[in-house]
Amino acid sequence: MTLKKVIARDLRLALRQKTDAATVVLFFALTAALFPFAIGPEAAILLRIAPGVIWVTALLSVLLSLERLFLADFEDGTLELMFLSSLPLELVVFGKVLAHWLVSGLPLIVATPLIAILYGLPFAALTVMLPALLLGTAALSLIGAIGAALTIGARRGGILVPLLVLPLYIPVLIFGIAATDAGISDGAIKAPLMILSALLLGMLFVAPLASGVALRQALE
Amino acid sequence: MTQFCGQGLACIRGGRQVFCDLDFALEPGQAILLTGPNGSGKSTLLRLMAGYLRPSAGQVTWAGEPVFEDLGEYQRKICYIGHLDAIKGVLTVAENLGFWAQKGAPGVTDGALEELGLTALARVPGRLLSSGQRRRLALARLLVSKADLWLMDEPTVGLDAASVRRLAGIVRRHREKGGSIVAASHTDLLIEDAIALKMEDFAVDSLPEMVW
Repeated sequence: MTLKKVIARDLRLALRQKTDAATVVLFFALTAALFPFAIGPEAAILLRIAPGVIWVTALLSVLLSLERLFLADFEDGTLELMFLSSLPLELVVFGKVLAHWLVSGLPLIVATPLIAILYGLPFAALTVMLPALLLGTAALSLIGAIGAALTIGARRGGILVPLLVLPLYIPVLIFGIAATDAGISDGAIKAPLMILSALLLGMLFVAPLASGVALRQALE
Repeated sequence: MTQFCGQGLACIRGGRQVFCDLDFALEPGQAILLTGPNGSGKSTLLRLMAGYLRPSAGQVTWAGEPVFEDLGEYQRKICYIGHLDAIKGVLTVAENLGFWAQKGAPGVTDGALEELGLTALARVPGRLLSSGQRRRLALARLLVSKADLWLMDEPTVGLDAASVRRLAGIVRRHREKGGSIVAASHTDLLIEDAIALKMEDFAVDSLPEMVW
């Protein structure tokens, strides 16, 4: 078993069950579209709340998709066989998170320009927001993987994941919004983007290790 | 040197000692058949042999090396068939098996499907399989794994008589090639001259005192 095989398999599974991925991006677009109706059409207010709304909605969408990340493979016995394979469990985690991000995180980013039109965001803001979302959603998926791995053996794990993971999402949220705000007001975008990159790099290292430990515990 | 052996093994699950002072030794080509009533620790012993669990006492060695010191290296030599079939409903039979096949071995998947009588079902999605067919697909993993040691937990659950005989033939050929087997079963697996390991011989006599 190789890393490529794990990624290819998860992508194939996602393509055969398109509704799972579609649910996430639909949730994102519909929830983000609700705010203008609730708050009213004032352009200034919409522009002010747009970064926050888009980031929080993206964060919740990632969260929504996390529960099944390891659970399906755990329940049908795939995970325990992966543990026996020559590929270290940490790389299995990395491959699964990457595949998961490609089918749930990436579509969010593709849908974001549509939402941006709804809020009247200038094009310049989008050029900052999209890279920030790219870094941010990847970090969110990795952090979420730890939560998903920790709750795998627990009943009602789906409710536990947000409780565990949401506090850890706050730094990504803060710097993601900081970057987007700076993009709208022509402020300094470099610092928040670099911090987002740092968060992502840190998580690339920590999340597979931590999830690996949690999964080993669950398989015992 | 014994190829695969365990000495003085004990295991604690959920605060309860499942077995203690358990020894076994297995040479290439040999088979161990685990028997015993429900809850006597057959599955626990198999999961311990697969490296999921660690013994609370004693040690397991492969060719003289303790297996828990380099678990990854040891686990390359084994193939474990547990209670779960690890079959994805949306993947076809061939795709399900192909995922577990070693790289650079074309035809191995087809050969394994052929041997378990699944060739006609190769393009059928996993969710449409009957429980016996799912079991056969799980057993096909043995043939694509190239493992030396096969660990099988109740491999015949859901199999019809013809499939049980087919499995017996596969097991015989594996042993002729120098492979070894540890299997747990309540039914006759048709394994010839297997070493019998009765789990009740290693049961813990009295319940341990509860510590509150």
